[in-house]
Amino acid sequence: MATMTLLEGIRDGLFTEMRNDDRVLCFGEDVGRNGGVFRTTDGLQKEFGEERCFDTPLSECGIIGTAIGMAMYGLRPVPEIQFQDFIFPAFDQIVSEAAKIRYRSGGEYTCPMVIRTPYGGGIRGGHYHSQSGEAYFCHTPGLKVVIPSTPADAKGLLISSIRDEDPVLFLEPKKIYRTMKGEVPEGEHVVPLGKGRIVREGKDCTIVAYGAMVETCEKAADELKKQRGIDVEIVDPRTLVPLDEKMILDSVRKTGRLVTVYEAPKTGGFGGEIAAIVAENAIGSLEGPIVRVAGFDTPFPYTLEGIYMPDVRRVVRGVERTFEW
Amino acid sequence: MSEPITVLGTQSKVGKKARPDLSDAELVSLYEEMVRIRIFDRRMLALQRQGRIGFYGPVKGQEATIVATWKAADDRDWIVPALREGAIAMLRGLPQELAIAQLIGNDLDVCRGRQMPCHYTLKEGRYVAMSSVIGTQISHATGLAMAAKYAKSGEGVLGYLGDGATSANDFHAGLNFAAVFKAPVVFVCQNNQWSISVPFEKQTAVDNVAIKASAYGMPGVRVDGNDVLATYQVVRDALDRAKRGDGPTLVEAVTYRQLGHSSSDDPTRYRDEGEVADWIAKDPVERYRRFLEHEGLWDDSKESEFVDRVDGEIAKKVREAEAAAPVSADSLITDVFHDVDPRLQEHFRIATSDPR
Repeated sequence: MATMTLLEGIRDGLFTEMRNDDRVLCFGEDVGRNGGVFRTTDGLQKEFGEERCFDTPLSECGIIGTAIGMAMYGLRPVPEIQFQDFIFPAFDQIVSEAAKIRYRSGGEYTCPMVIRTPYGGGIRGGHYHSQSGEAYFCHTPGLKVVIPSTPADAKGLLISSIRDEDPVLFLEPKKIYRTMKGEVPEGEHVVPLGKGRIVREGKDCTIVAYGAMVETCEKAADELKKQRGIDVEIVDPRTLVPLDEKMILDSVRKTGRLVTVYEAPKTGGFGGEIAAIVAENAIGSLEGPIVRVAGFDTPFPYTLEGIYMPDVRRVVRGVERTFEW
Repeated sequence: MSEPITVLGTQSKVGKKARPDLSDAELVSLYEEMVRIRIFDRRMLALQRQGRIGFYGPVKGQEATIVATWKAADDRDWIVPALREGAIAMLRGLPQELAIAQLIGNDLDVCRGRQMPCHYTLKEGRYVAMSSVIGTQISHATGLAMAAKYAKSGEGVLGYLGDGATSANDFHAGLNFAAVFKAPVVFVCQNNQWSISVPFEKQTAVDNVAIKASAYGMPGVRVDGNDVLATYQVVRDALDRAKRGDGPTLVEAVTYRQLGHSSSDDPTRYRDEGEVADWIAKDPVERYRRFLEHEGLWDDSKESEFVDRVDGEIAKKVREAEAAAPVSADSLITDVFHDVDPRLQEHFRIATSDPR
């Protein structure tokens, strides 16, 4: 075990899998010589050469389009989109092509690839370096969506994603790239897709959160315990597609309450989907309203990101509301 | 405007130097495959008019480019088709009855009835399953070629597109990446002059497609796409160049869509009969037949024997394809992912449960 940041966990996952499998290639804007604008791919080109880790022209649709061709050929491309905010030129390639190739070819052609991209707010990046677009992609049959919240999960989920037979969008919560530290197993470390994590056990209210929001919810849970004696259970689904519905439903059946927390705009956000799954399957267990604590239905603001993003105060208030009705 | 390279003039004679290095049997087979495509097209369009298939995209007038480019590629080279190269799937080995099953969308169809007609797939023949999105396949062709280069396999890629796709994002991205990475790919633009109802001159302000290659630092070659011999030679040379490691080429095959965009389109709404007649006079099948007749390689009796035989074969394959069962309901949820997850199993249960 070594102590690493979340970013180092991702990098360790890349090194591990590139050593393990010469079909794995990493590329994108600035990922080669510069090692990525966040340094996530630092050192890869030095160890594996320009054939396996390289810079591309500045074109997201070109990066993903060529990655799809490589995946159909039989390689395991791991393209990077520098910020998730810039992924939209490649949206067509992701939703119409990567996610549909297996289905439309009757399984003859497949597209095993991992699109890595930093997402989310909290770094004073303004509208175009802060958004959380996971819901657009969860709405796309044929695409898996993975979001780690710890260094060990970042490594283990990334390795599983690279080994997966289907395309995976791997969203990296950049706010906690360097602030989140933890023990990471050395070498081989696999966290299966579709299995959530109980971040902490509790009996009074379930919070479902992912990415950088997990840490915020842990602080809120401490506060609720201390101030109100409310015992919160936090579930991190880790992968939104496929989703560990059972873990979420089991937790809500135990606690009788649900708060979903996500940074994206509230309307149409993935926390709304989790709320619907619980309402459809476990309404008899609910002892209060389901509450969504989310970003606002506005563009992501630059100077006001502190009041835009869900914080401890809003999560605490959200949990309290499940008791007041 | 630079004139496209031509071997077959309007005359039937071809000088020895201009003739590609093909045997008499090969020269005849190029013609036979063009005619086979034309007959298949006519048959399938008739099936569509009879309501036996839902839709069809004919290729009449473009047979020379299809057959020439297929012939120019080695079997190991990858075919990344656009809308009008479906016949290459059959030339690469897709049994005709499976192609017809794809048009019907029944259980014999490899794609299991999930795609509109003319969207064939043949992994064994390195023919890639296309989508209906315009231009996305261009960067897939580049990616396949980058992968082939990485694997040092010696394979090349033919990436097809139409004139409309030259306006798409992926045209720029795909050609740029191919040139920057010296990928072994040849882009074949079948410029058939029309994108449904929009003519080529409204697609771009330059007067040909090939000129666009210079912006990417690759050669652009304009060839008479209704000339099977010229198109074969140009694409063969470009593929050789690409596989030698000298980079990609953009080939513009100048041709014409003699019929509508599809069985749903009525081209009399937007183009002159006179223009169509001019291009029918340059019909690729007729021009090449005149050459073969002049060479003593083809005649009326061969023609009628061949047409009757192919017609009979297709009729038999139609019966075989139509005899297949409808698509089974499980094809709704299979091939979404490698494994069918519990959520999709639940959807299948809902889809197939008795509503009473």
